[in-house]
Amino acid sequence: MSLLTMTHVASWYGSTQALFDVSLSLNAGEVVALMGRNGMGKSTTIKTICKMLPVGAGDIVLDGHKLNSLPSFKVARLGVGLVPEGRRCFPNLTVEENLSAASRAGEWNFVTVAKLFPRLEERRRQMANTLSGGEQQMLAIGRALMTNPRILILDEATEGLAPLVRQEIWSALHTLKETSNLSLLVVDKSLKELKGVADTAVILERGSTVWSGGIDTLDDQTVKQYLGV
Amino acid sequence: MNRELIFDVMLMLGLVLVPIWAHFADEPFIITLATRAAIFAIAGVGLNLALGQGGLVSLGHATFFGLGGYAMGILASHAQSYTAITDWPVLIEGTKSMPIIWLVAVLVSGFAALLIGALSLRTTGVYFIMITLAFGQMFYYFAVSWSAYGGDDGLSIYIRNDFPGLNTLDPIQFFLIVFTCLLGVLGFASMLIRSPFGLSLNAARQSPERVETVGINPYHLRLTVFVISGMITGLAGALFADLNRFISPSMFSWQTSGEIMVFIILGGVARRSGPIVGAVVFIALEHFLGGLSDYWHIYLGALLLLIVLFARGGIIGLLLGQGRVHD
Repeated sequence: MSLLTMTHVASWYGSTQALFDVSLSLNAGEVVALMGRNGMGKSTTIKTICKMLPVGAGDIVLDGHKLNSLPSFKVARLGVGLVPEGRRCFPNLTVEENLSAASRAGEWNFVTVAKLFPRLEERRRQMANTLSGGEQQMLAIGRALMTNPRILILDEATEGLAPLVRQEIWSALHTLKETSNLSLLVVDKSLKELKGVADTAVILERGSTVWSGGIDTLDDQTVKQYLGV
Repeated sequence: MNRELIFDVMLMLGLVLVPIWAHFADEPFIITLATRAAIFAIAGVGLNLALGQGGLVSLGHATFFGLGGYAMGILASHAQSYTAITDWPVLIEGTKSMPIIWLVAVLVSGFAALLIGALSLRTTGVYFIMITLAFGQMFYYFAVSWSAYGGDDGLSIYIRNDFPGLNTLDPIQFFLIVFTCLLGVLGFASMLIRSPFGLSLNAARQSPERVETVGINPYHLRLTVFVISGMITGLAGALFADLNRFISPSMFSWQTSGEIMVFIILGGVARRSGPIVGAVVFIALEHFLGGLSDYWHIYLGALLLLIVLFARGGIIGLLLGQGRVHD
């Protein structure tokens, strides 16, 4: 059974419509890659799921709970963890404090997060604004995990990072996939890495879902047509 | 021990040793000054939670200071006149017991903060400042017109309230009660700031949207800290009324709100002992400069200007360097 379902969702930034007809579904333990060229609505879709933008039409349902009229913090409490674009850690808090501020009871705590990202243990008492970009990204993922979500949404989690650090992030995502029942919705530009970790893919074009299916079935023509790769 | 902790310990030692010295030197006026500073520091610690941690620039905290004061005044005045506050639907009598007065002051202030916060925290920025200011002025004019408790003239209390086992008429003993309250409030505030609640509040000040995405409602955080802040300020009001044995509408005035804020800015916003340093400096300036000129606020204004322009971390920032960057 699907854990998260978006059905014909539309969304607006004020009076400007950004999403027209987005549908996708995410099962428990599944990894879905949300793809599309720049400006096609990937981040807007994520913001709509997290209710940072209102749902104008259609339905978003999480494990039987309709999210349409819920505020953002209630969506998070139902189990949607977000790693936002640009990391956005709390700059005036230390690594440990960033994680504690988001903490909710469950299997993820400082110890388990530090096991996934040992660098966070090393930087435990360091202010978030003094971390490198990669470390901030690890912290942003850790912070989302500390909420003990059922779905982890990553918006461009490897963007702007050095190749080695990027590899660390991908490796962590593989670990999450293999060792937990967490569902992942991943937005990223690296098709190669997405193919390595995702089970299914959803492609957006001008605010609408234009393709969805197993990521292995994604052919070159579709990739060229919608992703321009 | 880090530098700030050493500084805090020295500051608190200074604050307690000066009145003890004054006691043995038979200088009760200095003890009264120190008591005033400690009471203002309690009010400052209260506002510092809302302002420093929550980013809530409240110009209405005099409301809670005044409510705490009037709670004391009403209870004590009925105790001294042996009349009931009300006999219907239940008999409520006055009391001279400090712990009971403090409890009433804290509960009344907290309830008022809950109502005021629930309305005003739906706004931000300048609107929040204006709404809190408006509430303060409403209470001020209500107190002015409340003739049963002195109206514009205020109300004198001829008794000093009791604290079990202590002679509260002895200035040093009253100071030690206030100082203990300050230590308690400071310890509670420090604990709160380091708790997950305090961290979330700090994070919400930096970015409410991001806090929502980790499942926290920033409105609830702010309302909770506003209520706690109001309760602490109410306690300070009750102590202040007890110190002066007098209450008046000026306790509710916007100047009082401004003064509490000045303590924090002088000492250092969001610094643990910022309000204490601010209150001590304020009282010292009031005492020493007030002796030179009636217009001593001019010098205070100049000092504030210098601090705002050149020392954003306040006096503690100047002495110990910037703490955490505070927006």
